[in-house]
Amino acid sequence: MQLVRHRLFWPLVALVALLVANTINTPSFMSVRVQDGHLFGALIDIMRNSAPLLLVALGMTLVIATRGIDLSVGAVVAISGAVALSFIGSSPNPEALSTVLVAVGIALALCFVLGVWNGFLVSVLGIQPIIATLVLMTAGRGIAMLITEGQITTITSPAYRVIGSGFWLGLPVSILIAGGIFALVAVLTRRTALGMLIEAVGINPEASRLAGVQSRSIVWTVYAMTGLFAGIAGLMISSNVMAADANNAGLFIELDAILAVVIGGTSLAGGKFSLGGTLIGAFIIQTLTLTVTILGISPSVTPLFKAIVVIAVVLMQAPVVRRTMASRRPQGPRPAAVESKPVEVAA
Amino acid sequence: MSADQLVRPGKTGVLGRVAGLAGGRGGLDRRFLPVVGTLVVFTLMLVGGGSRYENFLSGRVVSNLFINNSHLIVLAVGLTFVIITGGIDLSVGAVVALSGILGASLLQSGWPATVVIPLIIVVGSVLGLVVGVMIHVFDVQPFIATLAAMFLARGLSYVISLSSITITDPTIVWLSSTRIPLGETWSLTPSVIIALLVVAVGFYVLHHTRFGRTVYAIGGAEQSATLMGLPVARTKVLVYVISGTCAGIGGFLFAVGSRSGYSLTGVGMELDAIAAVVIGGTILTGGSGFVLGSVFGVLILGLIQTIITFEGTLSSWWTRIVIGALLLAFVILQRVLVVRRH
Amino acid sequence: MTTPSPAVEMTGISIEFPGVKALDGVNFRLFPGEVHSLMGENGAGKSTLIKALTGVYGIDSGRITVFGVPQTFTGPAQAQAAGISTVYQEVNLCENLSVAENIMLGHEPRTGGRIDWRRLRREASTYLAQLGLDIDPRSLLSSHSLAVQQLVAISRAMVVDAKVLILDEPTSSLDAGEVQQLFSVMRVLRAQGVAILFVSHFLDQIYAISDRLTVLRNGQLVGEYLVGELPRRQLVSKMIGQSLEVLEQLEDAPRRTTAARTGAQPVFQAIGLGRRGAIEPFDLDLFEGEVVGLAGLLGSGRTELARLLYGADHADAGELAVAGKQGRMRGPRAAMKQGIAFSSEHRKAEGIVGDLTVRENLMLALQADRGWARRIPARKADEVVSKYIAALGIRPANPDALVRNLSGGNQQKVLLGRWLATAPRLLILDEPTRGIDVGAKAEIQRLVASLASDGMAVVFISAELDEVLRLSHRIAVMRDRRKVAEIDNDDSTTLDDVVELIASGGTS
Repeated sequence: MQLVRHRLFWPLVALVALLVANTINTPSFMSVRVQDGHLFGALIDIMRNSAPLLLVALGMTLVIATRGIDLSVGAVVAISGAVALSFIGSSPNPEALSTVLVAVGIALALCFVLGVWNGFLVSVLGIQPIIATLVLMTAGRGIAMLITEGQITTITSPAYRVIGSGFWLGLPVSILIAGGIFALVAVLTRRTALGMLIEAVGINPEASRLAGVQSRSIVWTVYAMTGLFAGIAGLMISSNVMAADANNAGLFIELDAILAVVIGGTSLAGGKFSLGGTLIGAFIIQTLTLTVTILGISPSVTPLFKAIVVIAVVLMQAPVVRRTMASRRPQGPRPAAVESKPVEVAA
Repeated sequence: MSADQLVRPGKTGVLGRVAGLAGGRGGLDRRFLPVVGTLVVFTLMLVGGGSRYENFLSGRVVSNLFINNSHLIVLAVGLTFVIITGGIDLSVGAVVALSGILGASLLQSGWPATVVIPLIIVVGSVLGLVVGVMIHVFDVQPFIATLAAMFLARGLSYVISLSSITITDPTIVWLSSTRIPLGETWSLTPSVIIALLVVAVGFYVLHHTRFGRTVYAIGGAEQSATLMGLPVARTKVLVYVISGTCAGIGGFLFAVGSRSGYSLTGVGMELDAIAAVVIGGTILTGGSGFVLGSVFGVLILGLIQTIITFEGTLSSWWTRIVIGALLLAFVILQRVLVVRRH
Repeated sequence: MTTPSPAVEMTGISIEFPGVKALDGVNFRLFPGEVHSLMGENGAGKSTLIKALTGVYGIDSGRITVFGVPQTFTGPAQAQAAGISTVYQEVNLCENLSVAENIMLGHEPRTGGRIDWRRLRREASTYLAQLGLDIDPRSLLSSHSLAVQQLVAISRAMVVDAKVLILDEPTSSLDAGEVQQLFSVMRVLRAQGVAILFVSHFLDQIYAISDRLTVLRNGQLVGEYLVGELPRRQLVSKMIGQSLEVLEQLEDAPRRTTAARTGAQPVFQAIGLGRRGAIEPFDLDLFEGEVVGLAGLLGSGRTELARLLYGADHADAGELAVAGKQGRMRGPRAAMKQGIAFSSEHRKAEGIVGDLTVRENLMLALQADRGWARRIPARKADEVVSKYIAALGIRPANPDALVRNLSGGNQQKVLLGRWLATAPRLLILDEPTRGIDVGAKAEIQRLVASLASDGMAVVFISAELDEVLRLSHRIAVMRDRRKVAEIDNDDSTTLDDVVELIASGGTS
């Protein structure tokens, strides 16, 4: 009972069910084999494909916990790849490690600045997050095109390829990067007070303000982090294909990320967040995508399955459904038509 | 997503001061201020373009502005309803694709256009109804409900066909090729007429029916609207039905314009439509906005494209950047107005 | 004189919220052509009764009849259909629409489905004229003052031909002239036979306009009186009187320690501190080891005073001197740095962070003070948490319980613990004992007394006067958003003295 009530229970069930279904269909699905000292297999593929989404979703989790949302991450992904590849492509020495490092540095710095920009609009100017980030969502791909001058920039630098397709200690580098950042965020939010203060701001902004919490700087920080993480995801995606496609890199990743966060049990209304839930959510989305491919269905139909998952998840979270499912307890007065203030005896 | 669900940690600080400087009470109703901004931008662009390029202010260019954007005008009308109530609809682009590809495939298999055209519009309405019910009955945030509808519509269109289907039906071909000349250089197409009809109906409904006024009331203060005894629930569901229907019509017009249906059309079109509505002076937190403003919003987007084409040396991506910049300007303008109100 | 039949008769109304009986068998009558005031302190059940009558809440038991017809309302629309209109304290109109529209929304005159705007404006003007309001019906509602908006709301009530008009604190943000305007409208309506239910915290207004009073206390009916037969002093004591049970429980509760004021220099000193529309500029000195009680009715400005001291609202006049140094609190954070702590009267909305644990709530202020990067070490946090759970008797004594699942009294203790952990020099408590059980109440009172004797300066606000009287060394009397008097509370000061001061406004 305790287990069933854990908030990661249902997401985990969904993930396991997907994996089991795949294993029944393809018995070798779960096997991981070693080839040239590298790990291969469907599970590794799922993790590797999840890496950029996970990065974006991590930032999104924190933003959503503060009652915000960041629609611009897809555009930031595109900008990040565009900057890095354009720099490498136009440098006199595109194969050198130092060139790649500088390119990565510039790209990430710019993405961080974009995150700071979003945070400024939201926390200083007080613009609604959905609108504030819509600006960069709209303009961002144009900026990426401007950087690549409308071309799909391609490079061949082996050092850059490592980010998306390299292996280290037998594991894909992208998994290591995503895993490392996941651990970093977990430590940052749970070993410092950042996580608790983010939740406090998301749950009750006014109570937090009166308790002296600096909500402005906290909100600003999470948007900046989200920009940075989207930038890393952008490097990964562009390194995977060794090309910067300003139009299609990271297309709809903001929606997938929001989906991963919601599946992971973090409410869009803000407050309590679960990084583990987001991790599972990202895995579910990638497993779903892979399943569709394995089943021989055209991958383009994936949105349909996503729609079903979103609808199922939000309906499970719907107050109406929850109330019906919860045991009937003695009810207070029904707020007949208007939601009243919290049920405190008002004067 | 209603405004009060979103944190505004910044309070009024900086903008409050700006608003204070901007003070002074003009004779103009504050509701019209954003729209005035829209008209100013529109006029500046026309004048600027006209003085810079020859033939810019020709009937052909202006006619094409309407002809190329008729579908977007219809989408913007539907979205205006939704946004005035304080909601959002992300599904319109995907619905355009769905009704287009559905129509094309049905026509291909021999269905008569007289059945197909109403059907693909109703598909939009039904999706809108589903969204409305999710939002109202299940208390799902509009953002998520319409996101689900977007995935749903996009997925269904992929199921119907992955490749583009050309439409050869004579009715559609006629609709697509007819030009109605107005004077020397001006011309209209049936699509433009349909779009303008939708605008007229939208305007009438918003300004001359109780339903329309309830839409504004909900956007102004939903709780007050409920306490006033207005039919809030019904209205909230209906605005999504309207937006869905408009998306269906938009899909039809887009199919007419391209004489084909394709499951990949309309990717990101919802963003253009939202941008048009915001640039058209509708406030994203709800309660204020005009259908005609949204039409001008669409025309401004079209003008940006036209100017960039005329400029020749400017690349197409500047369109998106300029739209983003305009969006930012209007969002900040709106924020200043909201701060001033309090 | 023949007794007319009541417009509204509510019999044996009970409403229960989880854990609280908000209304307990209350009877209420409202006659046509009278202004009837509903009186009571916070938590007395006024709002709940009004919401039952307007269909916002369903009732658990009892009967409502309107003009002799039994009614079961399931929403505001039905109550309106039965002829009951309500004007709420926070004007429930749409600021984004014109005055005329706000009056006519939902009742717009139409020809063939199309709104007839000209007729709409004409009719709206007629209603406005009836109330003596000369404003352009086409103007935007938000361009008018709150007072005018209130009157527009009343005009709206006239459109639905209200036989019963409920005015829930319509005067709380009006100035004297505007109140007079409202009253003259009310008199006109009364003469037309409208039954008016009026709620206000201003005694002068009650006596100026009402014919009859009903007093509620703690969800129960105290009585129904004709205004002419109930002197102010008696009214006040009926509103704030203690039930016998509470008095017995509190018998052994601590009384203030005597002669506590140490040091001639006040730690904090409000000099002409004020905020327009909230509270007029006031002076207040706060000394170490002294409890200053704020006495006054709800809406008298006591909460506003407390919020200004803490910087929760920005003061637009005056200074708050800290240890003689002048300045003004630029916000909660600055106040906290100066050693001020503030526990709001709205425990749920402005106090606890419901979905966080007891432990996190206890640590919130302390942690906010340190910033997010420097997390309080687990061992230190454990110490603090277990210290305050034990010292305040927080139950359940489980630091990982979610605060929203605790009872009101324990939530209050968590809030107290949160602030005590910051070791403040000044503790401002706004209604810390409201809506909590008697045992917890006594514990909190005891705590306040001992904190003061340990040298903390305390500002204590409570609707219950004898509680203020028992704990305070000095009492500031508040009325109509002004500090009207300040008295030293020695053994000769009685409840009656304070009631007298509140009733007279300190002028007698």
